[in-house]
Amino acid sequence: MHDKEKMQQYWKRNVRILLLLLGAWFTVSYLFGIVWVDELNQFRLGGFKLGFWFAQQGSIYAFVIIIFIYVWLMNKLDKEFDVDEE
Amino acid sequence: MDILTWTYIIVGLTFALYIGIAVWARAGSTKDFYVAGGGVSPLANGMATAADWMSAASFISMAGLISFMGYDGSVYLMGWTGGYVLLALLLAPYLRKFGKYTVPDFVGDRYYSKTARLVAVVCAIFISFTYVAGQMRGVGIVFSRFLEVEIETGVIIGMVIVLFYAVLGGMKGITYTQVAQFCVLIFAYMVPAIFISVMLTNNPVPQLALGSELSGGGYLLDKLDGMLTELGFAAYTDGSKATIDVFFITAALMVGTAGLPHVIVRFFTVPKVKDARKSAGYALVFIAILYTTAPAVGAFGMYNMLNTTSNQSIASMPQWVSNWQKTGLIGVEDKNADGLIQYMKDPGQNELTIDKDIMVLANPEIAGLPNWVVALVAAGGLAAALSTAAGLLLVISTSIAHDLLKKSFAPNISEKQELVAARLAATVAVVIAGYFGIYPPGFVAEVVAFAFGLAAASFFPVIIMGIFSTRMNKQGAIAGMITGLLFTVAYISYFKFINPAANVPDNWLFHISPEGIGTVGMLLNFIVSYVVRQFTPPPPAEIRELVEDIRIPRGAATAASNH
Repeated sequence: MHDKEKMQQYWKRNVRILLLLLGAWFTVSYLFGIVWVDELNQFRLGGFKLGFWFAQQGSIYAFVIIIFIYVWLMNKLDKEFDVDEE
Repeated sequence: MDILTWTYIIVGLTFALYIGIAVWARAGSTKDFYVAGGGVSPLANGMATAADWMSAASFISMAGLISFMGYDGSVYLMGWTGGYVLLALLLAPYLRKFGKYTVPDFVGDRYYSKTARLVAVVCAIFISFTYVAGQMRGVGIVFSRFLEVEIETGVIIGMVIVLFYAVLGGMKGITYTQVAQFCVLIFAYMVPAIFISVMLTNNPVPQLALGSELSGGGYLLDKLDGMLTELGFAAYTDGSKATIDVFFITAALMVGTAGLPHVIVRFFTVPKVKDARKSAGYALVFIAILYTTAPAVGAFGMYNMLNTTSNQSIASMPQWVSNWQKTGLIGVEDKNADGLIQYMKDPGQNELTIDKDIMVLANPEIAGLPNWVVALVAAGGLAAALSTAAGLLLVISTSIAHDLLKKSFAPNISEKQELVAARLAATVAVVIAGYFGIYPPGFVAEVVAFAFGLAAASFFPVIIMGIFSTRMNKQGAIAGMITGLLFTVAYISYFKFINPAANVPDNWLFHISPEGIGTVGMLLNFIVSYVVRQFTPPPPAEIRELVEDIRIPRGAATAASNH
């Protein structure tokens, strides 16, 4: 069995990863795509206004990247705390 | 060959494929039936999840919605993809470690309460039925438009097919059929999109073509903004909804996505916690292919439509306009008798009426693509509708056989009897769904807001608190769930059914529309749960152990084989 303190530490690190990645999730969609969309629309990305691009394209790409970063970080964390499944 | 022959060949081949897979992947045990034996690879599960998730609405209607809403359509794009981040980070790995069959299973066990389980079962069944009726309707519409049969006949053919592989194969049959259906639907969506991208901008990638210059010069989106503002509409890239409403609708759709039982249950089918995380990532990749293409299809469709129809004489309009006029999806009427058709914002002067679905369904004809592409779109629409319907039917049958019978009212039935009950329940559910498909209640569009609002206000908070708070008890969870549900149901019912005339921004709470109110319901759920928790006894020690156990990945394979 794993000792309690180690598991609490594992959980704390896990929650920290979650907060960091959810921060990114919130920023690309709610901030870039909705709240700051008019400000970002002053800039352009080729034929796109930047805010519009985040709302209809960029945020979705970012979501995919966020999930794969999560998978990578968690696999590392699981190994570090020896709780991975093998 | 003509379109009809092509359609019969392509739709026939895909149906034969689905049935073949179903026979190959029959379910032998309840575990096969509920979670495909827990042995699906993350990649296959990702594809199946994508097919499960992308419904007739995503395939047929979404691009059209976006083309008429412009920037405002972003709520669907972000809302229906961003939820997968929440699923991957906050729900999927822990529910996989928990390792049972259904969402009510988790709610019932974690909150050591039959009441909580029953509330969850009722929500799951209600959400799934509202959804499945729309899918059967989609099947009927595709059949009637492309195969020229009555809607009734179309729905019945669809029912027989779904019945065959859902009842025979359960989750196992559904999963592998969905993998095939994903391939069919994504191919069918991309082929016309790529053709049109090349025609308009010489760039074969629709995601890039959306931001490219037109062959005739000038950026597509700038041109579109100009054309629409000239006609009195809002610019395509600006939108007209209030920022707070866009924010809340997006949140309700995201959180609702993460709380939909037929999506959550897919993560019970993979072998390990690690696989559940990865699988959510794959699912979003497959979904993103369609969801980043849809805004391009929408913008191209609007541009083509304005160019070919606006301010033209009826006689000079292309062939597809008269083809689709027969179906009632497009209507032209020269109200001011100037011999030309004007597309205007004011409904009294507007002479061109267009149904949003035409942007995808008529796309190949608008672009003058070969007949087999038109047939492909029909097969893709059917794949999208059937795969989602099958996933929903499974949730309904599992809820009845497992949660209501085995876990609540008839705990003594054997595994074999439970399997029979699950198959019977699936059969009854298909018949009811088919009935709603043939005689659709007038409120199908309205109830979709319901499904997401309810999932957001009930399941999402209750599962999150179950995982992230060891202290949350059954009193808090039940009080929260009921508050969230009642508030959301009351708000949507008032504006959609009781007093639809009052459904304008000035009457809304903080200017939040009924589509976005699930977010407020979710917040209320969290607040009430935490307040009630403070005044009620903590959960028993074994529940705290359960919560601590699901937080650690190791042992998921054994946890699953213990029941």
